[in-house]
Amino acid sequence: MKLAITLSDLAVTSTLGRYLGETARPGEVITLGGSLGAGKTTLTQAIGQGLLVPPSCYITSPTFSLLHEYPGRLPLYHLDLYRLSDETEIEDLGLLEYLYGTGLSVIEWPDRLGSLMPAERLHIELTLLSETARLAEITGYGGGWEEKIAALRAEPLWRE
Amino acid sequence: MLILGIESSCDETAAAVLRDGRTLLSNVINSQVAVHSPYGGVVPELASRKHLENIYPVVEAALAQAGVGLDDLDGLAVTQGPGLVGALLIGLSFAKAISAVKGIPYVGVDHIVGHLLSPFLEQDQPEFPYIALVASGGHSSIFLVHDHTTIQPLGRTRDDAAGEAFDKVGKILGLEYPGGPVISRLAEQGNPAAIPFPRAWLGQDSLDFSFSGLKTSVANYVHQHQQKNEPFHIPDVCASFQEAVVEVLCEKVLTAARMHGISTVALAGGVAANARLRAVLQDLGAQRGIKIFMPSLELCTDNAAMIALAGFYHFAEKATTSLDTDAYSRSPILHPGPLSGGDSPAPPTVRAAP
Repeated sequence: MKLAITLSDLAVTSTLGRYLGETARPGEVITLGGSLGAGKTTLTQAIGQGLLVPPSCYITSPTFSLLHEYPGRLPLYHLDLYRLSDETEIEDLGLLEYLYGTGLSVIEWPDRLGSLMPAERLHIELTLLSETARLAEITGYGGGWEEKIAALRAEPLWRE
Repeated sequence: MLILGIESSCDETAAAVLRDGRTLLSNVINSQVAVHSPYGGVVPELASRKHLENIYPVVEAALAQAGVGLDDLDGLAVTQGPGLVGALLIGLSFAKAISAVKGIPYVGVDHIVGHLLSPFLEQDQPEFPYIALVASGGHSSIFLVHDHTTIQPLGRTRDDAAGEAFDKVGKILGLEYPGGPVISRLAEQGNPAAIPFPRAWLGQDSLDFSFSGLKTSVANYVHQHQQKNEPFHIPDVCASFQEAVVEVLCEKVLTAARMHGISTVALAGGVAANARLRAVLQDLGAQRGIKIFMPSLELCTDNAAMIALAGFYHFAEKATTSLDTDAYSRSPILHPGPLSGGDSPAPPTVRAAP
């Protein structure tokens, strides 16, 4: 289950993020890949909007603190594994305890998860195309994502 | 009053002994930068493990350099948050253990309050109220400091912290970690006006920061030149990037002073060690009649002297020996009260003392 779309500007990126937030179900995991500046935290901010995280709770980069938790329609757990090197560290830190719970987990730099990578997840790989445009390669792992990817495919805002 | 301060919130394990809130008898910092460098960033679990290895020798060294023993201490001050909980717990548990065994009261201190008060470790001290900018790897915030324990947040970052932007731009440019000092050094040979990187002002009179767009702009610049196989001058990129950060930090903190009618500004946090930031803020302050205070370089970065100092002022209000005090990852100074589901108004003034 795969979909590649062009996010031509920030507004389109926001639409994708808000959709994922609005439709999020408890225990969902979204992993975000892409280089520095690809827009992972920006997409997470839009997911937070969709989840009704109050605007006064700024969704800031969790690079230094590893995990930020926000209140919303569901709790949003924003993890950034950038500074970790392997899965034993992630396990020892207890970060996995947040996954599969009552909230939506958004994980940046998920490659650090190794064998701890959740079987059920939506992965979005972001690539810089130009100053404003991004390529989003969206892959659903596990059964639950077909409906959402089909809905995303039908969205006229972006082209496949 | 003799206070032992302990800090273990992020990179550094540190301990310091402070007499009467003024005289620093020792200030020991065990930097872990060398340990972290191979990974291109701080590694928290590694940090926790290193803190565990470092805490005893660091505290022992601080006591020895001060020429005092545990029995001489009147109080312990320890960083309670914000930071990595696993790392914080090492310092906090260590302080609790000393407190329980020796019967010395301890007080948990907010790391950001430590930074805010760090100008008081110097000879030349600011007068209240003053505006303070705390800029580091994890924080970029402006505060109105009414007194030693009453602090009002005025602005905060909406995405990346200033120091984080330095580290990530360093990574984009393939420089060594941490990015701040390297970029600062290379920038001396570059032209700060070479590349017009964006400044995020976020609307008139906003005291919030945003450095994510600037980071992305540097990534775009590098990416475009690499794609076209065009060479670019790294010192110019460093100087132009640094100038964008420095300009926004200086203008925002001076705007805060103007808005609140305050003529004293203090600078703190690791980014306050940046030579260009210090020079530009000093110049602008002189032009606008604002007195600028900045701690010496060793007191800008994380240290335990500022924790002992903040603890000294907390002890005047309330100390604790409660063993169920917990560490916290996010600062109540920045996020007062429980996060509610509604759209809450701007955070009110909060008391920094526990």
